[in-house]
Amino acid sequence: MTDVPAPAHAPFRLSMLVNDRRYRSLTFQVIVFILVMAAGWWLIDNTIRNLALMGKSFDFGFLWSRAGYDISQTPIPYTADDTHLRASVVGLLNTLIVAVLGCIAATVLGVIVGVSRLSKSWLFARLMTVFVEIFRNMPLLLWILIVYAIFTEIMPPPNAYRGDDPAASMIFFDHVALTNRYTSIPTLAMTNDPGSLDLGARITFNWATIAFVVALVGGWFIRRAILSHAQTMQDRTGDRPVTWWKNLAVMTVPSLVLIWVFGLHFEAPSLQGFNFTGGLNVSNSLVALWLALTLYTAAFIAEIVRAGILSVSRGQSEAAFALGLRPNRTMNLVILPQALRVIIPPLISQYLNLTKNSSLAIAVGYMDLRGTLGGTTLNQTGRELEAIVLMMLTYLVLSLIISSGMNVFNARVKLKER
Amino acid sequence: MSDTHAQTVPFVRDTMLPSAAPPIRESGAVRWMRENLFSGPVNTILTLLGLLIVWFLIATFWDWFAHSVWNASSLNECREIITATWGDTARGACFAVIRERWNQYLFGFYPRELYWRPTMTFGLLMVALAPVLFSASLTIRRVVLAITAVVTLWAMVVLGAPVVWLAFAVLVLAGGGYLSERNITWLLPFSALYPLLGVWLLWGGSLWGPIFVLVGPALGWVAWRLLSRVSGLLATVAAILVTLVFWMVLAGDATGDAERMLSLSIESVRSDRFGGFLLSLTIGVAGIALSLPLGIVLALARQSDMFLIKSLSVIFIEFIRGVPLITLLFVASLLLNYFLPPGTSFDIILRVIIMVTIFAAAYMAEVIRGGLAALPKGQYEAADALGLDYWKAQRLIVLPQALKISIPGIVSTFIGMFKDTTLVTFVGLYDPLKSMSDAVRANIEWKGIYWEPFIFVGGIFFLICFGMSRYSMYLERRLQRDHR
Repeated sequence: MTDVPAPAHAPFRLSMLVNDRRYRSLTFQVIVFILVMAAGWWLIDNTIRNLALMGKSFDFGFLWSRAGYDISQTPIPYTADDTHLRASVVGLLNTLIVAVLGCIAATVLGVIVGVSRLSKSWLFARLMTVFVEIFRNMPLLLWILIVYAIFTEIMPPPNAYRGDDPAASMIFFDHVALTNRYTSIPTLAMTNDPGSLDLGARITFNWATIAFVVALVGGWFIRRAILSHAQTMQDRTGDRPVTWWKNLAVMTVPSLVLIWVFGLHFEAPSLQGFNFTGGLNVSNSLVALWLALTLYTAAFIAEIVRAGILSVSRGQSEAAFALGLRPNRTMNLVILPQALRVIIPPLISQYLNLTKNSSLAIAVGYMDLRGTLGGTTLNQTGRELEAIVLMMLTYLVLSLIISSGMNVFNARVKLKER
Repeated sequence: MSDTHAQTVPFVRDTMLPSAAPPIRESGAVRWMRENLFSGPVNTILTLLGLLIVWFLIATFWDWFAHSVWNASSLNECREIITATWGDTARGACFAVIRERWNQYLFGFYPRELYWRPTMTFGLLMVALAPVLFSASLTIRRVVLAITAVVTLWAMVVLGAPVVWLAFAVLVLAGGGYLSERNITWLLPFSALYPLLGVWLLWGGSLWGPIFVLVGPALGWVAWRLLSRVSGLLATVAAILVTLVFWMVLAGDATGDAERMLSLSIESVRSDRFGGFLLSLTIGVAGIALSLPLGIVLALARQSDMFLIKSLSVIFIEFIRGVPLITLLFVASLLLNYFLPPGTSFDIILRVIIMVTIFAAAYMAEVIRGGLAALPKGQYEAADALGLDYWKAQRLIVLPQALKISIPGIVSTFIGMFKDTTLVTFVGLYDPLKSMSDAVRANIEWKGIYWEPFIFVGGIFFLICFGMSRYSMYLERRLQRDHR
């Protein structure tokens, strides 16, 4: 065994930049950096020259000028005299409304369909498979257009509900009226309105809403305290105090009291003259967009849920039964935690997809962020560059917020591994 | 009991009774129904609910389909026929609109006498795809090529293709069939040349254009051969430079000169004549073909050790995935003339293809990154231990396995992208779903027709997307190497 002499330290040669692994990656990165910088400089230079040629400038001042157009659905007060900025915010809120409603409904429907596909009832499982395949394999735009056409072409006009023997009748025990212009749904009303909290910029929150939020959040914290107290008692004495009625009480009683105090009740829409009043008239563009997004995304969520449940091997539930766990404990403690680990990450991307797909609102004229900032504002001011850049950045921030929020949730349900 | 034997027992059965038929509850259809439809209270309720749904669907739509009219020239005529045949209150489908306007849904405003050209292009596409998609099974290849040949030639004859081009199609199809029987890999050069051929057939113009596009890489190869003995790197750089310089400086003039000397052109068709499924398929196929390699490169870059490369690809992927496709299409239609040198403008379909490609590539990169991450670390280490360099390790060890794992994700990205081609309607192109239906409805004869076009277009989308997902299942089974 002879010592291998250490290789003589080779002096640096220029070819080592390419041939030596120690330097090659550095060379490569420097070249890429130069190329990217050159491309960026080229694009910016072109943009500056083009703007100069067109006599335009790059500034966002137009956001503070008068918008001058109406928006059909305004979650915060808005008139045509407000600024483009406020119009854009209204659009963003409309995007959020349809996205949140869509995510909730799609999750509910998707879970039902996904579980049903695993049902032992052959017929029902096949029907759900057909549902999933049909909705997954056709473009979302098709579904939006179909649902919108159903609402505008097949639904009766509001005046069809008139008269002693009307041609159309309301559904859900006379609470919902489907018409070809809007869907009239019951609205919440209060007999003792406590007034509103003014946040400035004409944005207000009703005190009742705030009271309910406080009641629910407070109840949730008290419930956690009760549960942790029960756990301590169980650890100390071996007996777990009965908690279910306490939990039920702290979660419901404050809300019930508030409902009684404010005199909260549903107000069903009723026909006055040619239109429904009293309820909330939701434009059909929102309903159609929401329904189509829900059905389309639910088909994907159903597949995710099914795959998640199938990914938990049978041995897991058998082992849980062997330990003597009851079926619902098995579900909560063994199956769901493992299935959720598989379900959550793709579910996040479905929520993101739904939010981004809500920009298809353009097909039904729903005034979302693209309809206001990227639509009417863009056309009126002629500031394509600024409007589109701002719109893309807003969507990007929205996506990043959703994905980071859901990633936090994912980190909590994830099985802790080594 | 040891003395108990046959002689002492009063009766011993020496023949078996014939086995009785199982009870009716335990055999045949009844058993199947008991097990699969009515196995418990919940399942019984679900089955009844399912029956209710089926009954409701049939009750609602059966009459409408049963009363469909295929021969009429306007919606009013349809309604008159329905009323005359099935009575005043009858409602029926008017599929006559498909019969009258199928050409617009399939070809858009492509010149009617040239319909055979897109038809032939997509027929030859199947030949070009055969060595890529169906390389494993001769039987499937035979079926696919036979169906393609029959359908393409029949459609070309019906659409009035010139005899020369019919002969060309016969030649290519027969050649494809012959090579597929002998050795399918010999068909790969045709697959490589196909993009140029397809573009030329669809848009028309001079054949010299694609020829001179090909001359660029050929000159580059010559430069590489000459210099490769001096230095590998120098040769590669020179080859790329020669190709680019030829394309940018010489190819345009050369095409014009050659065209003047010997005219080899077919009638050219402008991009705004494209529409319907011709547009969707053009964008979809181009996007699929381009986004896979780009996605692989992005995924590898994201897994790279080099900080700058990794961050650039993360920024690119997250940015593209964070914005809706519509906004990217708006960038293509409204903003590209800000970013390019003043006075340049290029084809809107090409712009849309670029945007759709980078959009799909970002998603593809994430799918492939999942496959790369799922690969055991031992595979990378084994490749290193064998002394393979980076590209060889990726090409021979890592990517074949990673891509195999990610097939379902890759194909669903393709499907998503193909469905998203309908969004081009919002930048003024004639997609089959919205713009084309609106255009048809704009005629007084077909004003107010909604459901029939939706069913027709949706059905075609369903066939293509469902076919792709089935193909991915087949591919997964075929590439399965482990033993279960």
